Amino acid sequence: MNVRISVLAGVAVALLAPPAAHAQSKLNVVTSTEDLASIAREVGGEKVGVLALARGYQDPHFVESKPSFILAVNRANLYIGVGRELEIGWLPPLLTSSRNAKIQPGAPGYLDASLNVRILEIPTGQITRAMGDVHPLGNPHYWLDPGNGRLIAQAIRNKLGELAPADRASFGQRYDDFDRRLAAAEKRWDAAMAPYKGTKIVTYHRSWPNFMERFGLEVIGYVEPKPGIPPSPSHTLELIDAMKADSVKIIVVEPYFSLKTPQSIAGQVSGGKVLVLAPSVGGVKEATDYIQLFDYNVNLLAGALKQITGK
Amino acid sequence: MRSVYRRWVFLATLLMIGPAGPASAQTADVQAVRQEIEQLRQEFEAIQRQYGDRLAALEARLGATQPAQAAGVPAAQPPTAPVPEQPTPGGTPPVGTLPVYGAAAAGSKIFNPDIGIIGNFINATGESRGGSKSIAPIPFATLQESEVSLQAIVDPYARADFFLAIGEEGIEVEEGYVTFPTLPGGLLLKAGKFRANVGRLNAFHNHTLPWIDRPLVMYNLLGGSPLDPDTGIKDAGVSVARLIPAGDLFLEVTGEVFRGDSGTVFKSSRRSDFSTVGHLRAYRDLTDQTNIEIGGSYARGHNDLGSDFVTQLYSTDVTLRWRPLSRAIYHSLAARNELFWSRREEPSVLQGAFGGYASLDYQFARRWFAGGRYDWSERATSAAIQDRGSSAVLTFWPSEFSQIRSQYRRTRYGDDGRVANELLLQALFTIGAHGAHPF
Repeated sequence: MNVRISVLAGVAVALLAPPAAHAQSKLNVVTSTEDLASIAREVGGEKVGVLALARGYQDPHFVESKPSFILAVNRANLYIGVGRELEIGWLPPLLTSSRNAKIQPGAPGYLDASLNVRILEIPTGQITRAMGDVHPLGNPHYWLDPGNGRLIAQAIRNKLGELAPADRASFGQRYDDFDRRLAAAEKRWDAAMAPYKGTKIVTYHRSWPNFMERFGLEVIGYVEPKPGIPPSPSHTLELIDAMKADSVKIIVVEPYFSLKTPQSIAGQVSGGKVLVLAPSVGGVKEATDYIQLFDYNVNLLAGALKQITGK
Repeated sequence: MRSVYRRWVFLATLLMIGPAGPASAQTADVQAVRQEIEQLRQEFEAIQRQYGDRLAALEARLGATQPAQAAGVPAAQPPTAPVPEQPTPGGTPPVGTLPVYGAAAAGSKIFNPDIGIIGNFINATGESRGGSKSIAPIPFATLQESEVSLQAIVDPYARADFFLAIGEEGIEVEEGYVTFPTLPGGLLLKAGKFRANVGRLNAFHNHTLPWIDRPLVMYNLLGGSPLDPDTGIKDAGVSVARLIPAGDLFLEVTGEVFRGDSGTVFKSSRRSDFSTVGHLRAYRDLTDQTNIEIGGSYARGHNDLGSDFVTQLYSTDVTLRWRPLSRAIYHSLAARNELFWSRREEPSVLQGAFGGYASLDYQFARRWFAGGRYDWSERATSAAIQDRGSSAVLTFWPSEFSQIRSQYRRTRYGDDGRVANELLLQALFTIGAHGAHPF
């Protein structure tokens, strides 16, 4: 009986104790991915503390909703999500158990970064899961177009200004600076990729439509037979035939997929090459921020294409 | 186009009204009408030409893409919408058709809850040897449970979750509760019927378990009955959970009060016979890829002997998980252990029964998992009898939405040393809303 009373008393004390006050000097921003975190750092600067939940070398569809993430989200003033159902398997329970009213969907501290960007592959007809794990709201890998990166930065600038009106001017200046650096970098990337417009390639997952469209490359097939479905022998054979028919040499793979199938495909196509590009900041150690991410991918891709095409 | 129709309607009305004005006016009108008709004819022909051209262009494009598709490589791409040239201004809802099946998306459908159904088909072979009286036997084939989930946000302050467990013959509200995630003081309040936070596994739904069945200890000490394959403490009540600030350590304390009816473990004979649950959960990331969770629980309620007889449960649980982040979809490991102590008051004696399980599950390929579990448990009502069991499990995941699992289970029942060897097969299949992955 005594044990029971002490246990219940312990529970009651713990439930009734006053909540800890969090330091409010900086705006606490938590993001789903490192790309959003990098852009938030560009715009927020020293006025914000930024933390990303998923690592860049991790498949963003399959992040675990670890209790340590609940702690992080609990302390957030602003949550920035990728949206388009990318995080549907892990974010909703995190937000619900965060005990943070500020960042619940619909509250001022929740920003869906996909709402004012250019989204590709929005299904219009009837879709079923026979098509694999299709995203009914369009392809969620939209940050891989630097144009969309600029739009995300605008949305973050506006949101930060709303939450910390005193620092609005600073966010505006930092955004302008980021915009200038991004525009200069875009010129560099466009120039590097210009000779290879129209080149056909293959990717593992449908992570790259925005990136490939931006730089004028054409994706003719995927290592996955359908989104989220692992490679099958029959599909792999079809893909090899298609690559031979179109003389496609390059297979782009995300760092979180096994290289086994892509390498065996590349081995059967003359001059075939597997490139591990970074789909996110932190995907490889060189991709330390949003601009570095494209620097890395464009250098690697343009270098490989130069070798193949001789242009 | 619309203006053409409008003119047609105007013309038809004019003709129906018929000649009404004086003759001279009529001639002028006829002239005007003729001109109007001529103009309409020209517009119509122009539109026809336009459409003809567009159709031809479309056919040409289709013809060009067909051979590529015949090669079968860009497999089953869903039709996609043309992308708007200009980004839509911030704050607008997602563009494109919303994924509502059937007829056009009526406004009210948007607010329908997310609906999902999980079918759980089980097949058993081998000799069950009659089993224990408290352990639900599995027949040759059974659609053990079809779990319907209905989940939505209620209003800015609450969300609701319903899980209806439909057996082959009956339907049970397995869980149905409202959660208030925006309360002050860091509290998370839940009210309704739900699975209690006793130990770790009790809160899991059957389809999220790493095995087909539940461990023996859940049948023997947590209220199993032969009629209920979905055993565990679940009842109507209120739950309050709160985070305790402890730096990087996740520390959560939960207090729950229930009506006091749960399987064969708690029975409420009058209103004041409610049951209570207290749970402390500590979690820490050891590294990016390894984490540990430790919990302690206490539950108290009145048992089937009447209001004067109390059953108390104490439990500890430990879970160690490993998942290398860059290969998270290929490899993972979870080791679990739970121990339960039951103290059941009876007229002449205090039954103190103990039980637990230890398990290891390893994902060795993107679609393959292997695991094992060891069970031992005394029985709540006759602590001198101890049942033991061991299981080996192999799971295959065709996709995220289906799962095929086999389990070999060997059970030695303590009352007369009977040994049951069984092979269980399970097909789990999910349609509808994409639920969150359990952690």
